[in-house]
Amino acid sequence: MMREQEPSQGGKSQSRRAFLKAGLATGGTVAFGSSALAGKTGDPANQPPNVPEWTHSLGEGVAVRPYGKPSKHEAHVIRRDVEWLTASRESSVSFTPIHELDGIITPNGLGFERHHSGIAEVDPADYRLILHGLVDKPLIFTLDDLKRIPRVSRPYFCECAANSGMEWRGAQLNGCQYTHGMVHCVMYTGVPLKTLLAEAGLKPNARWLLLEGGDSAAMTRSLPLQKALDDVLIAYRMNGEMLYPEHGYPARAVIPGWEANMWVKWLRRIEVGDQPWHHREETSKYTDLLENGKARRFTFVMDAKSIITNPSPQAPLNHKSGFTVLSGIAWSGRGKIARVDVSLDGGRNWRPARIDGPVWDKALSRFYYEFDWDGRELLLQSRAMDETGYVQPAKSELRKIRGVNSIYHNNGIQTWYLHKNGEVENVEIS
Amino acid sequence: MSKFPDLSAAILLASLIAGVTVADAGEKTTGVAAQQNSPKKIGIGREATAAEIAGWNISVRPDGQGLPVGRGTVKKGETLYVERCAACHGEFGESAGRWPILAGGAGTLASHDPVKSIGSYWPYATTVIDYIRRAMPFGAAQTLSNDDLYAITAYVLYLNDVIQDENFELSDKNFITVKLPNQPNFIDDDRETAEKAFWRKDPCMKDCLPGEPRITGRARTIDVTPEAGKGPKVE
Repeated sequence: MMREQEPSQGGKSQSRRAFLKAGLATGGTVAFGSSALAGKTGDPANQPPNVPEWTHSLGEGVAVRPYGKPSKHEAHVIRRDVEWLTASRESSVSFTPIHELDGIITPNGLGFERHHSGIAEVDPADYRLILHGLVDKPLIFTLDDLKRIPRVSRPYFCECAANSGMEWRGAQLNGCQYTHGMVHCVMYTGVPLKTLLAEAGLKPNARWLLLEGGDSAAMTRSLPLQKALDDVLIAYRMNGEMLYPEHGYPARAVIPGWEANMWVKWLRRIEVGDQPWHHREETSKYTDLLENGKARRFTFVMDAKSIITNPSPQAPLNHKSGFTVLSGIAWSGRGKIARVDVSLDGGRNWRPARIDGPVWDKALSRFYYEFDWDGRELLLQSRAMDETGYVQPAKSELRKIRGVNSIYHNNGIQTWYLHKNGEVENVEIS
Repeated sequence: MSKFPDLSAAILLASLIAGVTVADAGEKTTGVAAQQNSPKKIGIGREATAAEIAGWNISVRPDGQGLPVGRGTVKKGETLYVERCAACHGEFGESAGRWPILAGGAGTLASHDPVKSIGSYWPYATTVIDYIRRAMPFGAAQTLSNDDLYAITAYVLYLNDVIQDENFELSDKNFITVKLPNQPNFIDDDRETAEKAFWRKDPCMKDCLPGEPRITGRARTIDVTPEAGKGPKVE
């Protein structure tokens, strides 16, 4: 049973009720905040033919805001957590507000967080990465060393294996921030791990690596050598900036397409071995318990998945009917997104969505579906397909194979119930 | 002297980046010819000393590799566990609040309320000592002496009925004789065969499901909790 570590199937029913109640309450305030703002008529004194105050007077000068922040009117666009999920905030998760974003790049301050013992504050001058084990020459790198090694920049999605894990047994949380917000996508800059391995020289029997963090959990995961030689990065920048502390400053592992738990943050040590270590995060956690009591281990790849972010429970429609832009994100750990379909009738009929912007390997893709909403109730779904031909399954299809004890890797199709008044609700349908 | 002394190295590195394999890396150590053909290194990073590695290398494997030298009895572990661990994990590993359950839950894995404790779920005992060593006590990681580490591990295994004798002394010498019962129930990722049906060339586009859709569950009404053991559990 996951207690402190993963967002679980549920908290104590009382706290759950309290949360859901709060969720409903905020449905009209916080969660609907931006939309409510958009729907408000505002102050006529600022609207034509009147000239508003900000046009009459000088604003603040340069460098008054030396590190920029979003408009004060966007203060609701933040990561949020669900208090009852975990025992402590140091071993918990916050969720990306995916319904407030567009395109495919996540701002650095909004990427979901998952810590096991809190955020390690590492002084870059003291940062060291040790590479040892089945190598010809064990090496130790400083941050400056890493920055002198030929680097690459690549956009990748990073998704927690437990993303949507609360939904295995049914619709639980109203808001894609909570059901699907443990994913972000940024441009990582760093050193290909194979460059470091070549510097150290691999012994012939090298098969697995152990990645270890320098935080107070000393997080570890075993990584097959083949993947390390393929596309793994030791990254120190995200979206051009240095990593944020909550994302592993000054250096972390980037394991494209594979579950985020393997993307070890505050990376301090890489050990080369001939077999996996079977550590806690790959035995008691991040294994998939099936209905018959057997458990899958080393389920590294994240399956193709998509979610309609707008409209969604935290982003209702503010107009009664008429032309409507539906939008969402799709991704696959196996490669590029090939296509996304959208259904308005609970999966009975599907139409191809329009994919806009770059479609990169193992990155988020953005899709749109524009239609004339006649004001009727709809059951909205999206279905992603990747370049290997994998098609995102219905939740019922997943449950048939995996049961409901699985926790991780829930990539089933999500249903949103769009009400006549524009509100949206998380539902399960037959 | 070239103004760009590193150019050739960079070109070699580019070819290296394009195609290092396990076999390539292996060949480098197997002969002069291979050595001559191996790419030139860029020479960044210095050799790590044995002491530096020893200070950070705390990983333990199921075959016993990495076990620190030490020993401790179940009895001594009980005292330490009560002082350092019980506040979160409960006196008998039953957990307090939402902290992880350590013991119990035998036979629950195929039920609607699986309890994934060390005794019921974890495949290897080495995972326990490795994890306690690197991350426990929560908030004071890597402060236990090796002997205390063995003692606490022994007591946690005793709570799980894996060790039966409270006078038992666990050590680096006898550790790998300790086996956990659920180890045979772990299988490797079989999604590409078990879920092969999810790879479909032409997904259905029209009239894909029979009848009108019916709402069967709503997040808003989730506190209508089914009875334990009969379906979705909300705890």
